[in-house]
Amino acid sequence: MNMMIEITPQIVRDHGLSPDEYERIKTLLGRAPNLVELGVFSVMWSEHCSYKSTRAHLKKLPTKAPWVLQGPGENAGVIDIGDGDACIFKMESHNHPSFIEPYQGAATGVGGIMRDVFTMGARPIAMMNALRFGEPSHPKTRHLVSGVVSGIGGYGNCMGVPTVGGEVNFHRSYNGNILVNAMCVGLARQDKIFLSAAKGAGNPVVYVGSKTGRDGIHGATMASAEFNEDSEEKRPTVQVGDPFTEKLLLEACLELMATDAIIAIQDMGAAGLTSSSAEMADKGGSGIELDLDKVPQRETNMTAYEMLLSESQERMLAVLKPGREAQAEKIFRKWELDFAVIGVTTDTHRFVARHKGAVVADIPVTALSDEAPVYERPYAKREPVTGAPSYDKNRPVLASLEKILAAPDMASRRWIWEQYDNSVMNDTVQLPGGDAAVVRVHGTNKALAITTDVSPRYCRPDPFNGGAQAVAEAWRNLTAVGATPLAVTDNLNFGNPQKPQIMWEIVAGIDGIGAACRALDFPVISGNCSLYNETNGEGILPTPAIGGVGLLKDVSKMATIAFKRQGDVIILIGETRGHLGQSIYLREIEGKEEGAAPPVDLAAEKKNGDFVRSLIQRGLADSVHDVSDGGVLVAVVEMALAGGIGVSIGQAVTPDAIAFWFGEDQARYVLAAPFDKAEKIVAEAGAQYITVAELGRCGGDALVMEDKNRVSLAQLRAAHEGWFPRFMAGEEIPVTN
Amino acid sequence: MKSAVIVFPASNCDRDAKVALEAMTGKAPAMVWHQDSELPPVDLVVLPGGFSYGDYLRCGAMASQSKIMGAIKAHAEKGAAVLGICNGFQVLTESGLLPGALMRNAGLKFVCRNVALKVEETQSAFTRKYDSGQTVTFPVAHGEGNYYADDETLDRLEGEGRVMFRYRDNPNGSARDIAGILSEKRNVLGLMPHPERMVDPVTGGSDGRAMFQGLIEALS
Repeated sequence: MNMMIEITPQIVRDHGLSPDEYERIKTLLGRAPNLVELGVFSVMWSEHCSYKSTRAHLKKLPTKAPWVLQGPGENAGVIDIGDGDACIFKMESHNHPSFIEPYQGAATGVGGIMRDVFTMGARPIAMMNALRFGEPSHPKTRHLVSGVVSGIGGYGNCMGVPTVGGEVNFHRSYNGNILVNAMCVGLARQDKIFLSAAKGAGNPVVYVGSKTGRDGIHGATMASAEFNEDSEEKRPTVQVGDPFTEKLLLEACLELMATDAIIAIQDMGAAGLTSSSAEMADKGGSGIELDLDKVPQRETNMTAYEMLLSESQERMLAVLKPGREAQAEKIFRKWELDFAVIGVTTDTHRFVARHKGAVVADIPVTALSDEAPVYERPYAKREPVTGAPSYDKNRPVLASLEKILAAPDMASRRWIWEQYDNSVMNDTVQLPGGDAAVVRVHGTNKALAITTDVSPRYCRPDPFNGGAQAVAEAWRNLTAVGATPLAVTDNLNFGNPQKPQIMWEIVAGIDGIGAACRALDFPVISGNCSLYNETNGEGILPTPAIGGVGLLKDVSKMATIAFKRQGDVIILIGETRGHLGQSIYLREIEGKEEGAAPPVDLAAEKKNGDFVRSLIQRGLADSVHDVSDGGVLVAVVEMALAGGIGVSIGQAVTPDAIAFWFGEDQARYVLAAPFDKAEKIVAEAGAQYITVAELGRCGGDALVMEDKNRVSLAQLRAAHEGWFPRFMAGEEIPVTN
Repeated sequence: MKSAVIVFPASNCDRDAKVALEAMTGKAPAMVWHQDSELPPVDLVVLPGGFSYGDYLRCGAMASQSKIMGAIKAHAEKGAAVLGICNGFQVLTESGLLPGALMRNAGLKFVCRNVALKVEETQSAFTRKYDSGQTVTFPVAHGEGNYYADDETLDRLEGEGRVMFRYRDNPNGSARDIAGILSEKRNVLGLMPHPERMVDPVTGGSDGRAMFQGLIEALS
């Protein structure tokens, strides 16, 4: 590529930069950029890297707490989990690549988020994922599910990090734009956390890992644009993953980190060499000079432009203390990885790249970071959808229950999670299928609880409430296993922010998340935004996915969803008003997506949750399940199926059977406990003015309602377990949802 | 009992094996790098699970050619114990220490689940603490665990009492439900399920403990 090529408005447009942005570049440089520099600006100023549409709003999120050691701004966030241990985690999207090439898109999403975590010195100990696909009847859906699941498994299994849970939704709004959000949780010692600030001049900049190829060039720019029918032509911008190399890179990095040779380290993710080097210089208040001739290259005749913008995977950039190069090189050679000193830090505050003897880019570091545009994009506020939908009150409850258990959004995800190694590392305490995954902190008696949550169907009618609900549900899921919720990572998936109605969803969603995080003392410590999730102008449902982490100080004081004893009393905690608006029942049985989303009462969430957690920690309850999608009856049946113990339940309390059993009121939990403990729980709840109701008793091998209507657990299990495998085998294509 | 765990590039159950051995024997095993040519003096060598060499070419094929394999063959040759779990089993068949091959799962998908196994034979250091016919639960986690050998080999394995574990509910299409086999000298065991993930009740169960107890009793 000719560097001296004239920069035309068309070239500027092809780089995803607006005319105003181009003018700003010229002002910052004091001259016109060359093509390499234009490429560097285009990735660093892309939505994906610069957060230009969201930055002003993300600032409003609560990010601090006494246990937060590192908030947003680093590769991942860090929390204190006691005894000198730190938990490091983050969630990140790989939506656009996964739609174009599902296996590699998902695989490299997993690889990328793992690097974000181990670049900070943590050993990854658990993976989660939040996936959204189009409607099951869409011709691409099965292909995408199959590819994404095998991509996640292919990468995570090889890395030897257990994939312990996640969530999956199907909805037509994702037909042309699926969401693949992966979360990685790692463990480090608090005194061995590595940051990306390349402080000081004259320190060697080293490149380790895989060689650089031409794959993924402009991936960050692609992730910052809408899709159209020609998007499959973008396949060459999807990176190809090599988990074998990443496993070696992980071990080599941790081995190097055990020494004191590193000043700063960062993975080469989106925008590869450019963003890693510019960000490290920016955070360190230094400059950086790269000699591109020294970059290990997989292909011949690579240009400076290609090397700077390549998103080849499994690469890291580190700044070492001077004189430590040989020590580091020995470790990387042992693991058969490339190692090259490719540059040096400077005190010029400039990002400089040389190639074949010439300076090919020379840009002030701040032009790529602080001076990147920040937009207060206009938004069109709209009032939340209100009102209660109508429904047929005479439908038989059990027939609807069976249908709901087999609905695409509700059916067992076993088909998926059996393709993920969930027990490697030998610390998995709770497997997928419960409220939160629980993974022991290696060599201790404490454990981390992990969950990912959002209900996109609540977010379109009321984005503020939907954002708050996602946080509340994550908090509730951690509470339901007995953990103390500590912090979240957010993965904000929205449509095109240049449309005021979408920008409103973003602003309100972030505000809702902030309100809930503040009320629940549950700060945001890391995150990622994925905007422009649209195809041919159709936006996805707003999907602010929340990844939550909590701590169990003693793993023996833990609850699971399974019923454990015949004769246990089943108790419902929290108030039931029978809210059916935007519920699974309404969509699956009445075929309507209508009404207000369930209101979120954060004070009630906190009060009820703190109560339930104390019951678990005091050994009063060990069978606990939060009430969410599908309502109380679904929660009870999931507990029965998990424990293999039937249940006999009484009459609906209020207002009618359908609203009581299938309403999705928030801040509720189902518990089961032996009679004496149950009495104590009910008394304590009453004393604290917490709504409590007795639903029935555990026993038998069926669900029996009001002593007359009966359905066997075997039949319910068949409905719940059957749908996914049949769907993936092509035997059952359900109607449009 | 002294033990060693071999570490190949992208082994990933090496730590699990180490932790299990340490918990059961009270002594940390030696962790031996694949490029070493000698083993320390040990009673048991464990080839751990994982994705040695990323499963490239064929699972276990490249690891079977690594430098340390000469020492492992010599160790097995003199009748000393070798345990290959999952990828370790694949390395053992690829290197000819055990007969047969492990093909892609019949369902063509990676399978991770707890499986019930029938203990077929108790005449070995690995299985002496189990009861014949006992059902034990170990997890499987593999994409290529479909055991194959020709009928003559399978007949011989069965005839010589070398089929040690069978699946109660075959997860991968293995011939005759075979989950684990023993070498002719009865000192090399390869199996796809993971006994080392079943030594701690907190993380799922303790059915794997008897295998290590048997080894300790026989080899100490």
